[in-house]
Amino acid sequence: MISGKFSLQRMRALIIKEFIQILRDRSTFGIIFMMPIIQLMIYGYAINTNPKHLPTAVVMADDSLYVRSLTAAMQNTGYFSFTDFPPTVAEAEDLMAKGDVQFIIEIPQNFSRDLLRGEHPDVLVVADATDPVAIGNAISSVAHINTTALSRDLEKAGDALQTRGPPFTIKVHNRYNPEGLTAYNIVPGLIGLLLNMTLISMTAVAITRERERGTLENLLAMPARPFEVMIGKITPFIIIAYMQAAVILIVSHILFGLPIEGSLLLLIFGLSIYIAANLAIGFTISTFATNQLQAMQMTFFYFLPSLLLSGFLFPFRGMPLWAQYLGNAFPITHALRILRGLVLKGIGLHHIAADLWAMAAALVVVGYIAMKRYRETID
Amino acid sequence: MMQDAGVTSAHMPEGYAIAVHDLHKSFGQRHVVRGCSINVPYGNIYGFLGPNGTGKTTTIRMLCGLLTPDAGTGTCLGYNIRTQSALIKRQAGYMPQKFGLYDDLTIRENLEFVARLYEMPDAKQVATDALHRLGLHHRQNQLAGQLSGGWKQRLALAACVLHKPRLLLLDEPTAGVDPKARREFWDEIHAFAAEGITVLVSTHYMDEAERCHQIGYLLDGKLLVHGAVSDIIAQSRLSTWRITAQNTAEVMHDLQKRAGVEMATSFGTQLHIAGADAEALQRAIESMQAVFPAAQAEKITPSLEDIFIHTMAAVGDRDSQIEEKAGEDASA
Repeated sequence: MISGKFSLQRMRALIIKEFIQILRDRSTFGIIFMMPIIQLMIYGYAINTNPKHLPTAVVMADDSLYVRSLTAAMQNTGYFSFTDFPPTVAEAEDLMAKGDVQFIIEIPQNFSRDLLRGEHPDVLVVADATDPVAIGNAISSVAHINTTALSRDLEKAGDALQTRGPPFTIKVHNRYNPEGLTAYNIVPGLIGLLLNMTLISMTAVAITRERERGTLENLLAMPARPFEVMIGKITPFIIIAYMQAAVILIVSHILFGLPIEGSLLLLIFGLSIYIAANLAIGFTISTFATNQLQAMQMTFFYFLPSLLLSGFLFPFRGMPLWAQYLGNAFPITHALRILRGLVLKGIGLHHIAADLWAMAAALVVVGYIAMKRYRETID
Repeated sequence: MMQDAGVTSAHMPEGYAIAVHDLHKSFGQRHVVRGCSINVPYGNIYGFLGPNGTGKTTTIRMLCGLLTPDAGTGTCLGYNIRTQSALIKRQAGYMPQKFGLYDDLTIRENLEFVARLYEMPDAKQVATDALHRLGLHHRQNQLAGQLSGGWKQRLALAACVLHKPRLLLLDEPTAGVDPKARREFWDEIHAFAAEGITVLVSTHYMDEAERCHQIGYLLDGKLLVHGAVSDIIAQSRLSTWRITAQNTAEVMHDLQKRAGVEMATSFGTQLHIAGADAEALQRAIESMQAVFPAAQAEKITPSLEDIFIHTMAAVGDRDSQIEEKAGEDASA
């Protein structure tokens, strides 16, 4: 019996047919090749787990030759970039809460006097530990700076000072996540990540499915308005999104003791804008995709770069400027800052305002595209 | 009679449930509907015929506001198809070719959903009534996706009359449905017409065309023939003969070579042959009988199918000549 045996010709026919189908689906084909290229670009050029030139605020209560040598030595490590010189500690801490600076260096009053007296004054380095990976190498670079930074200056002041060990002490304080727990950094990020993934893919697929099955045609022939269809589609997902966020927060509070330092109301408000932006993105994808597979592919096409450039897995400040600009275009980047800020830092509305506006802007732009592309007719 | 009969109609447009003139629609390079004009009087069942890909679905979609015509004007139920599609949607029921309800909802859930979309006050009661009328009350909690093809179509029809429309637009509602279910479906269509609902229904089945008050035959995006079935047959200049012979294949081969024979179709031991030139056809049959004395010939009334296939072939020949001409012009 012929049909019972393996046939090379039949197999060939099947392979040819499969190739034709793959090549015909242009968008899937494009994504297959664009995905690795984009990922190569991001991993090769954008991601850096050893970020340098981290923005640092210096509060100088004393200014002398020694202070300048010390700050110069720190800058020479390559990890610190002195961006702000606030007059008071309170102002410096405000900068850190906003996320404008990663470190605060406090030079105490009478630093030079105490130094010369051999009283080993303390220099305080405060690190924003919400992202432990980002600060790790910078911290170890300053650990022994006290033994070398001032050696040349102090030669003139007398050898006596040098023989009694390091002339000053570096004290490192981890702010917001004092134990440097990675879980604390990851958990708020996870909320952003999961909402990104579920909301975009579910919305994109749910609407594409209606078109694929032909039910959309029926729906539009009835008096359903596009806006009603859109709201009807996304409302269940909004509820799902809040439940998802609540589950993560509650479980990680119980299991990891994750605090919620900031206002819960503000958290819900921030999440709402984020959720809306994600739904708009999913909806927009559905207006481009012709079938559910394409919708899934496009979701991943959006999802991977946004995840990699958001600062979830890799330090945002480690990326080159172009990648930071790109990362800032994704709502997830701002959502992560808001989530980490509210959960770990306990910051207020004025600290997250910029991120809220950025997400709102993304929502307006993407929402406009979605409504523009979604029409009442099917032509 | 064969040329653009719809346009010449002198009736007042107010008397028509559907009155559209010179509709055009293109998709990219494809000019699908090319000047289609249709007039359907209130209360009529209008059969919409024509080969696949000739623009029937596109035309129906333009009538119910799913597509915007590139050119052309018209009204459905007195409402402008361009500007008042929202009002048309409220009073018309459209049944797409593909099952448009939700496979993963139950029969009742589907009906309630549709009733709510039309903002009907008591959706549950409306659905219950529809289920009783359909005879599906005992299966109301079954998923719609589990229904057979015939039942799916009847459910879809029930869903699109829930809001008591004045016009029904049915796109090939009986495609792939067994003969008994088809007949039942058409009984329902006639019941709706008796209530005064105007029905436009597209179909490929000639027996269904014969159950319509009027039919229109669409070819290449234009209405080619329209009128009552009996009028179309009576006015057709097509001569048709039935040949009975044992060796039909050989007889057919012989006839196809002779002048005057434009169409030859085999029906088992019988052949139907047709041609526009009655005398030439008769001569061809006589010459054939000289070769096959046993073959018997009998003149018959052409069927609707004979007329349409003949018309289609004639227009097809003309078009291919035009296309060849265009090709020559382009290369010159």
